[in-house]
Amino acid sequence: MRNTIVSIIAILLGLIAGGLLMLAIGSNPIEGYNYLLQGALINIERIGNTLATATPLIFTGLAVAFAFRTGLFNIGAAGQMLAGGLAATAIALTFEFSRPVMLILMILGGLLAGALFALIPGILKARFNVHEVVSTIMMNWIAYWSVYYIVPGYFKGPSLETESQKLPDEYTLRAPFLSDMFDGSYINYGIFLGIIAVIIIAFIIDKTTLGFELKAVGFNRHAAEYAGMRVNRNIILSMLISGALAGLGGVALYTGNASSMQIGLLPSQGYDGIAVALLGANNPIGVFFAAILFGILYSGTGFMNAMTEIPPELANTIIAIIIYFAATSVLIHRIIDKVKRSKANRPEHKKGEA
Amino acid sequence: MWTIVEQIFPYAILFTIPLLITALGGLFSERSGIVNIGLEGLMVMGAFAAAITVHYLQDMISNNSLVLWIGLLVGMVVGLLFSLLHAFASINLSADQVISGTAINMIAAALTVFLARNITGSGNIRIRTGFAPFDVPILSEIPIIGDLFFTKTYATTWVILLVLLVSTFILYKTKFGLRLRSCGEFPQAAEAAGINVRRIRYSGVMISGAFAGLGGAIILLTYAGEFTGTVSGLGFLALAALIFGQWRPFGILGATLFFGFASTIANVSQVIPELAVIPPILLKIFPYVVTLIALVIFSKSSQAPKAAGEPFDSSKR
Repeated sequence: MRNTIVSIIAILLGLIAGGLLMLAIGSNPIEGYNYLLQGALINIERIGNTLATATPLIFTGLAVAFAFRTGLFNIGAAGQMLAGGLAATAIALTFEFSRPVMLILMILGGLLAGALFALIPGILKARFNVHEVVSTIMMNWIAYWSVYYIVPGYFKGPSLETESQKLPDEYTLRAPFLSDMFDGSYINYGIFLGIIAVIIIAFIIDKTTLGFELKAVGFNRHAAEYAGMRVNRNIILSMLISGALAGLGGVALYTGNASSMQIGLLPSQGYDGIAVALLGANNPIGVFFAAILFGILYSGTGFMNAMTEIPPELANTIIAIIIYFAATSVLIHRIIDKVKRSKANRPEHKKGEA
Repeated sequence: MWTIVEQIFPYAILFTIPLLITALGGLFSERSGIVNIGLEGLMVMGAFAAAITVHYLQDMISNNSLVLWIGLLVGMVVGLLFSLLHAFASINLSADQVISGTAINMIAAALTVFLARNITGSGNIRIRTGFAPFDVPILSEIPIIGDLFFTKTYATTWVILLVLLVSTFILYKTKFGLRLRSCGEFPQAAEAAGINVRRIRYSGVMISGAFAGLGGAIILLTYAGEFTGTVSGLGFLALAALIFGQWRPFGILGATLFFGFASTIANVSQVIPELAVIPPILLKIFPYVVTLIALVIFSKSSQAPKAAGEPFDSSKR
């Protein structure tokens, strides 16, 4: 409950900061937010697009949150996304299978590639106590440069040097019936994968021995070890699952929302996953709603930008500011405590006066 | 072979300098006990501020070199001011320093492009001219050394090398340096000795902000020439150099030189036949892989400040 209140306050502060920014550049914040909401939700197509935009964020949010539960900070979701997306794209462009077989192979391939990419920091942490923040950042740049050379080298598109070949429609997560249902939106099977992932991860964390052990390691590594848990194995496992989730995020982004990979970009969803996890209080259901909220912000800014002078980077700025307020949530906690205390004290004051 | 080295050298130095100053900034912050992974964002802020300043002043003031130095100064000041956000979160509010640093990176990346787009329309800010390279008189005549170190140098290079020497002196030979290092190792003991841990840590973070801002400004005013909303991971590379250099000024100099050469070789490998045989992907990921290996090698004997990353709690002894 309290976590929810803190998250909501952080979101409100972020939105207020965004409003101030709009004022600062001479735009009307009410008009801006109005267009932003319209752009995200005004019709069924836009709602579909918003859900699709939120899908990779669900995965990266889950990835970061899951690792957090084990006391690990997976800042490498962006690199794991690239690995997953590249694996899925490579499979789709290399082999020929019937659509269902192909989709399953792509999803598994992306999942495995993401997991393998997170395995290295996991092993380094468990075996050599190398801090995972630094190693996952290094892995991000390794992924960045790998994609930078592998895509033009092996999967070059017909016209652009900086983009992979487009996947044929039947080899993407696009589903005609979904697009029809949502009036031509680019929503795809990714959102179902995301919802399944939320359920599975919630189940693992709350209902299994594995989840219990992972949380125990997160709370107190030494106590967990003393209780006979295999801490190192759990750390590696946690990173593997986290990476697999981020890899799926890459599949959803590059073979669902998009149908080709661009080079020279670390997907912003990787870092946004940190914000999603923080706002969702590292809880899968919370992550889901936080991802939807960010989906609204991102998909609404395009329309806002078309209707007003406000640059679309407003969404990223608001999200970044929300992370800052989530990081400094101590301040919010203190204020809540103060409010509570002053409420509790009030009757006594009256007694004193009388 | 020699001509290749001669050709590469000035570029490698050029590339090393912003990394060096940023990593030095990180050194001050981490030695005071505050992990700063926001270096990337602070560099972006510095580059942005310098770009805006120079973009406008070049139309108003005819003395170009004055404009460029003002640009550097503004980049530095803006970096310093922006780092206060990180300092406030991690020192006053005991926030998770990694999350706060990540927020710094994200705010910088988004906010600068937001503002730049508002100012120029495209989100990119171009400056007309940056610093020009020059040959140091007399010294550049010296055989070999002259060609390597004293031709095609930039004024900023010499300034930063001076900063390196001064920083080393401050860290190891002054009262402030000793206090700073003690706050990163055992802040409770430092406090018991009468040191104001919070104030020292504030100075550490502010120095890192100023240096990283300066680093970003140098990138822009020497070789980039245009602000595009990113410093393409150099802030993170500086962080790697800090670890690779084992939190010592001259270790950092060595690490950043290494990264400078590695990156330059990767950038020019295609035009040099001897290097073109190596796949460029290997050259590009080389610095990061080496850092990972270094992390493993140093894991047993790491010189990392012991209290870095931990919020200061004076009652915890």
